[in-house]
Amino acid sequence: MSSKDKGWKEIAPAGVSPKSSIGFMTGDWKTYMPVRDLEKCTTCLMCVLYCPEGAVRWRPEMGKIEFDYSFCKGCGICANECPTKAITMKLPEKEDE
Amino acid sequence: MATTQEWKITAKDIAEKPDILMPGHRACAGCGPAHALRLVMKAIRGPTIVTEATGCMEVVTSIYPYTSWAVPWLHTAFETSAANASGIEAALKVLKRKGKLKQEHVDVIAIAGDGGTFDIGFQALSGAVERGHDFLFVLYDNEAYMNTGIQRSGGTPMGAATTTTPAGSVMPGKLQHKKPIADIMVAHGMEYVASASPYYWKDLLQKVRRGLEVEGPAFLHLFAPCPRGWRTDPAKTINYSKLAVESCVFPVYEVVNGKYTLSTPSKLIALAPQKKKPVADYLKGQGRYRHLFAPQNKHMLDEIQRWTDERWAKLQQKVEQTA
Repeated sequence: MSSKDKGWKEIAPAGVSPKSSIGFMTGDWKTYMPVRDLEKCTTCLMCVLYCPEGAVRWRPEMGKIEFDYSFCKGCGICANECPTKAITMKLPEKEDE
Repeated sequence: MATTQEWKITAKDIAEKPDILMPGHRACAGCGPAHALRLVMKAIRGPTIVTEATGCMEVVTSIYPYTSWAVPWLHTAFETSAANASGIEAALKVLKRKGKLKQEHVDVIAIAGDGGTFDIGFQALSGAVERGHDFLFVLYDNEAYMNTGIQRSGGTPMGAATTTTPAGSVMPGKLQHKKPIADIMVAHGMEYVASASPYYWKDLLQKVRRGLEVEGPAFLHLFAPCPRGWRTDPAKTINYSKLAVESCVFPVYEVVNGKYTLSTPSKLIALAPQKKKPVADYLKGQGRYRHLFAPQNKHMLDEIQRWTDERWAKLQQKVEQTA
């Protein structure tokens, strides 16, 4: 589009980011992934509250905590802050096995 | 401020709220500011407009063509987050007067890092507060210009090594103390000034909500550890925000109309001084303070402890004086 097509009144007033970052998967950044021991987990939700990404989600309809590995950057905060030490950081198994 | 008391905050309520700062932002693993702002945005009470100064959180959440914000969001220049907020608030007032605003009330939140508050954005913030615009200013303090490569700012504490104050034979990290920004904001005669640490999430969320409920400017100083700039383990981010409060390096308190009150985590330490941890507990493990533990830099360590104790004693005095 050349500048002749639109005047200053028609063009967007500033740079606009049109896409939601929900489409940008940051999960491939991680080396270690958090794995939860369901027997130790008391569903205290501290991992949900302390995750900087929002990659640990609480699903009230299922009463479950869900780890979204497509966004998890593997920082290990959830494993460090878990009061019952139910989360451990593990190397992911290779896909070709 | 009655609604804050009625607002129940349980882990479940907060976990159920949708993320306004959505996943997919490109902050480093274990980012303190990203976590702090995610919590801040969980405490909003209705339609909200966010404006940000240049800084880590502006850059990582708005890399073209993606945005991580689920609310209207504006960024112009480094120094302008408070000026933007003034403009937005004034425009909302005019729209409301003309009857063009559908919403009953729209909250305005200005977010800036320590560079955009202590140094570059200070005159805009001071002016906006003086004019009395109704907005909440959130300062996420990661104690240096992390986005451009860890340069010192007015918020960098004494002894910290940054790329512009490198620790070595010439100097032992930054030589000056941190600017007491919360005290400066209190001196403006603001209705609400508070400091919060993300480890105490409930306290943080309550303070955000109180700040929004104030009719006029409110200021919130958030502690936000930065694993890259502080040379710490990403997994320990939350741990350091706890240690900073426990060692009184960053006490959490509220100032409502000039009346100081310690928040629960700091109050517990004031009531039981034996629980106060030495500053060294907080400093060790952080790469930026590594040189302080060498024998020739012991005077720096002692000075940091002395200054921290002095500021803590002064804060307790203010609490007593204004009670």
